Amino acid sequence: MITTEPTLENIYNLISEIPDPEIPVITIKDLGILRDVKFVDNKYVVTITPTYTACPAMGMIEDQIKEILFSNGITNVKVELTYSPTWTTDWLSQEAKLKLKKYGIAPPNHSSCTKLFSTIDVVVCPRCNSKHTELISRFGSTACKALYKCEDCKETFDLFKCH
Amino acid sequence: MNIQEATHTYTLRLGDNALILGHRLSELCSKGPILEEDLALTNISLDMIGRAQALLKYAAETEMLGKTEDDLAYRRPENHYYNNLIIEQPNGDFAHIIARQLFVSVFEFLFYTELEKSKDTTLAAIASKTIKEIKYHMQHAADWTLRLGDGTVESHKRMQKAVNDLWMYTGEFFEMDNLDTFLLHQHIAVDTNSLKLEWHKYIKTALNDATLNVPEDSFMQTGSKKGIHTENLGHILSEMQYLQRAYPDAKW
Repeated sequence: MITTEPTLENIYNLISEIPDPEIPVITIKDLGILRDVKFVDNKYVVTITPTYTACPAMGMIEDQIKEILFSNGITNVKVELTYSPTWTTDWLSQEAKLKLKKYGIAPPNHSSCTKLFSTIDVVVCPRCNSKHTELISRFGSTACKALYKCEDCKETFDLFKCH
Repeated sequence: MNIQEATHTYTLRLGDNALILGHRLSELCSKGPILEEDLALTNISLDMIGRAQALLKYAAETEMLGKTEDDLAYRRPENHYYNNLIIEQPNGDFAHIIARQLFVSVFEFLFYTELEKSKDTTLAAIASKTIKEIKYHMQHAADWTLRLGDGTVESHKRMQKAVNDLWMYTGEFFEMDNLDTFLLHQHIAVDTNSLKLEWHKYIKTALNDATLNVPEDSFMQTGSKKGIHTENLGHILSEMQYLQRAYPDAKW
């Protein structure tokens, strides 16, 4: 048990290091999933937002937030889901993008680049930095990724889609 | 009719469209023509089910009977379902799946772009979330329409047949009943009638690029806004609701 009341900053710091269940090299803070911590009606209310509407990791993230806070003696916790403002890959920090690349996932260039009926602009291979890459499928291993192939090193890789 | 009741029914209709199409596409899991396509169709299905969850949750809240989104999905009979008839049509061959995706996703793109401006902040938030996903669905459908239409003699023939077969279900997209008009005046609903020209323009471009013909408008099927369905919906629900019907309140 802790003796003094935790500050909102304490809470935020405790949960900000939770890794994303699908991409464990980046945290929920890096990804922009963790939005806010507030104290309302004697409860710590943690607000999270899904990357995609049906992101199956949300339930697990909620459990992990509660687990970490409970094990630190904080039990008056509520996790809320919000859709607004809409999650965008613009919220990924430069550091998070580098971590993605190192992990083998091509990071998104910038947001709102998916114009209607057009292909995504140049994607750089996260392994050999070649620009000669080809789209295999707009849909990859998870909703937030697309599948690419590098024409130079011949490896397939995931692109974290602009969103 | 008050705003809250009307919003409940309006949201339920949107949720049903997402849920039933999500289920239809999930039937293709492990049955895609190639591995990448299997991933694509199940990803689209997942987007639909996510949207359904958000909408049905709001429909349950606005009904104020203490129900959950699962109650609405698993405990309603078919005549209390309000998805458009095109949504529940059997998958058929790959051409039919793609034609349905093209017609539906172009409509949804235009519809949710307008719903983003709704005075109802929950609907507007769900709309701006879902619109990003719909763009992928549209690109996917347009890519395949082109590939099949402008492909082999056989794929062209099948794609044209699919377009012709499903055309009579597209009139429902643009129907406005009293409830829609009431909520339109409250700046909550979308005027779907006004989307018709734009939808035709998109579809004409996509079909003509793929060397396919746009069918002539003739008899259009109708009924879903009143809960009248083709025989296909009952078959979907008997499978989708089986577990909750056989073992009420069963949990994972």
